[in-house]
Amino acid sequence: MQNNSQGAPAVSRRRRSLSIASASLAARIGMIVVLIYLLVALFAPFLAPFGEAQVASSIPYAPPDGTFLLGTDQLGRDQFSRLIYGARNSMGIALATTLISFTVGGLVGVISAVLGGWVDQLISRLVDVIMAIPQLIFALILLSIAGSSIPNLILIIALLDSTRVFRVSRSVAMNVAAMEFIEAAHLRGERLPWIIRREVLPNIMPTLVAEFGLRFCFAFLTISALSFLGLGIQPPTADWGSMVREASALIAYGNLTLFIPAGAIAVLTISVNLIVDWFLDKASGLRNGQ
Amino acid sequence: MASDTGHLLEIRGLRIEGESDGQWSTLLHGVDLTLRRGEVLGLVGESGAGKSTLGLAALGHIRPGCRITGGSVRFDGIDLLALPESDRLKLRGSRISYVAQSAAASFNPAHALLPQTVETAVQHRLMPLQTARQVAVAQYRRLQLPKPDTIGTRYPHQVSGGQLQRVMTAMAMHCGPDLIVFDEPTTALDVTTQVEVLAAIREAVEARGTAAIYITHDLAVVAQMAHRIMVMRHGSLVEEAPTSAILAAPQEEYTRSLWAVRELVKPDQPSAAAPLMTIEGLDFSYGRNGAKALEGITLTIPRGRTLAVVGESGSGKSTLGRVIAGLNVPTAGRITLDGQSLPPALRLRSRDLRRRIQLVHQSADTALNPRQTVAELIARPLELFHRLRGRATAARVNELLDMIELGPRYADRLPSELSGGQKQRVNIARGLAAGPELMICDEVTSALDQLVQEGILRMLLDLQAQLGISYFFITHDISTVRAIADEVVVMNRGRIVESGPRAEVLSPPHHPYTELLLGSTPEMRPDWLTDVLAARKAGQQAES
Repeated sequence: MQNNSQGAPAVSRRRRSLSIASASLAARIGMIVVLIYLLVALFAPFLAPFGEAQVASSIPYAPPDGTFLLGTDQLGRDQFSRLIYGARNSMGIALATTLISFTVGGLVGVISAVLGGWVDQLISRLVDVIMAIPQLIFALILLSIAGSSIPNLILIIALLDSTRVFRVSRSVAMNVAAMEFIEAAHLRGERLPWIIRREVLPNIMPTLVAEFGLRFCFAFLTISALSFLGLGIQPPTADWGSMVREASALIAYGNLTLFIPAGAIAVLTISVNLIVDWFLDKASGLRNGQ
Repeated sequence: MASDTGHLLEIRGLRIEGESDGQWSTLLHGVDLTLRRGEVLGLVGESGAGKSTLGLAALGHIRPGCRITGGSVRFDGIDLLALPESDRLKLRGSRISYVAQSAAASFNPAHALLPQTVETAVQHRLMPLQTARQVAVAQYRRLQLPKPDTIGTRYPHQVSGGQLQRVMTAMAMHCGPDLIVFDEPTTALDVTTQVEVLAAIREAVEARGTAAIYITHDLAVVAQMAHRIMVMRHGSLVEEAPTSAILAAPQEEYTRSLWAVRELVKPDQPSAAAPLMTIEGLDFSYGRNGAKALEGITLTIPRGRTLAVVGESGSGKSTLGRVIAGLNVPTAGRITLDGQSLPPALRLRSRDLRRRIQLVHQSADTALNPRQTVAELIARPLELFHRLRGRATAARVNELLDMIELGPRYADRLPSELSGGQKQRVNIARGLAAGPELMICDEVTSALDQLVQEGILRMLLDLQAQLGISYFFITHDISTVRAIADEVVVMNRGRIVESGPRAEVLSPPHHPYTELLLGSTPEMRPDWLTDVLAARKAGQQAES
């Protein structure tokens, strides 16, 4: 008893938690920005001075003034209001997409890794086939066949994204599946759902959460790109990608309004990445038991 | 000046601190160390004693996350700690060098051995490439490597672990250093290989008159290698004396306790215990047409006793354990448990059969889910096999924690918050929770320090006496066999070469392989290695 009680430090439970107090300055800035975006998205109808599709002015392309803070677009709609509603649409769709792709891709990836053998081979090769086709072009084809409604958009991007999530979750789950505690679970006769839920998932969660942040940004960019190409979110729904597209024609005339929605996308992407970086750092520390 | 004292290395009052989680703790509490030219100093202690930290400090190197808070390191009159990093780099490899524990992890797998051996000399422009190669081949020859002229063209994966360890020594000796630090160079090797490597290192060091610091936790090994021994514990020096003196008459109690570990011997049991499991004519091979990993295995595991399976890595002892556990399906033969035939594949075994046979893995680090607390880990078999719920589970978990001598206060810990020995106890407790009749223990003590090993072996003996469990105990260590076994099976290349009661197997006459295995296990006498080498030489001459 004497010689084995002294080896381990007494560590309290709370040291293992991810506290915001331990976040770096960069991560805190990221969190504040994301929080502001979320608030704007949630309270869009209260914050926006005009409606999403409301033609508020008779003058198209009006320059910014006291009423129209960022001027008006080609139909005389208030740019500032559309930017606020755009947050809601763009972020909502990106979030839905990412959630679906993680549920599908993550689960299939883990099952594939734990079962191994021909099941794993079959699923992996199928995913390879889908991944061999460039994502944006594949999405364009599917959208032009299925029609570009918002549910279609979400499902198609989620499907394509889930192949990437599958890859990540399968590879991290493979490392865990090779551990002896998985073998010990098999020896006890544990069933697959228990092994996945209790033995594998807790060990790969940090990686998956970090990946979630990154994929969220990518989904965002994909939607923006599709909208920019005219197959994403359809007018008059405001989203940042379509706003960039609509304003892009003006750049030839020295009008730089396209940088406002583009900047909104860039700032969100960077902020999410700042949080993800911090989380990854923290999670790897936790995994090493420090 | 330090060089006036005739000391090659002089460490004075060295204090090193290490950081973890923003807190600094002291790793070395002001340690002194002196080394004369040509002297071999053994550093002995458990893991965490600060041996490696001190050994690296002799190279003027501090691991990342550590800092020096006091003391000095003088090498041949040069203050290593005050030296700019670029000058220290010049010294390392040319005048001071290092041999790490894991040669496999230290070589670059993408390059052949010879270029890696000469790299330092060429980088430091100490000798032209052609000369460097000749010197390297001469070193290979001195370290008794097979085919010294051509072995350098091989890649690290193409030579054995023992050979790789010798190539690494050749690399360390290549520039003719004044000091070599050996950090557990033979710990990862089989005993029969260890003898060769020890002999080669000792001869090479003696021939060149190189001073060395030999770090190990194995007292018998250091007794062969060192002129003087320093025993360390918790970052401080416990005792220091010439080898023969410290072996004959250790002064400190801690040193004596280290010495005493090897003397644990299980008392002889009255024989004729009923058989719990019998195995007949068992064959196993990996893949459909693979070579046989197990061939014609026939043995009996007595009820309430321990059957130890001894052999080197690759002998098939772990494979046999996995076959009994149902993880590997044998290609021929039959296993009976308590007179009933045991289905070979795990999925064909009933819940009750799975409960009665438990496998305890070697490494608790990978066998315990790092995200589950001790209580969760131990509770699962209780829920699964005994249908316990809620309070009843918690009560039984606490009982089990008492049985493994940890106590209920450990219930909420995660494995990362336990020491190596504690983790292994939890690993064993999880096996016990199922309430098994047979526990397969796969090298459960081999990764642990000797004092901790002894604690666990004693606990296993107590548990056996209380619960009447049978152990199928897989090990490569003869002193572990003495401590725990009633019956012994010696395996080599997938076959059983000798079996019987412990006293019979461990006393002459032996099967030649058993003889080799026993003869290769280091003993505490300083002359042991010399005697073994002389005996082998005589044997070879007699043969030819």
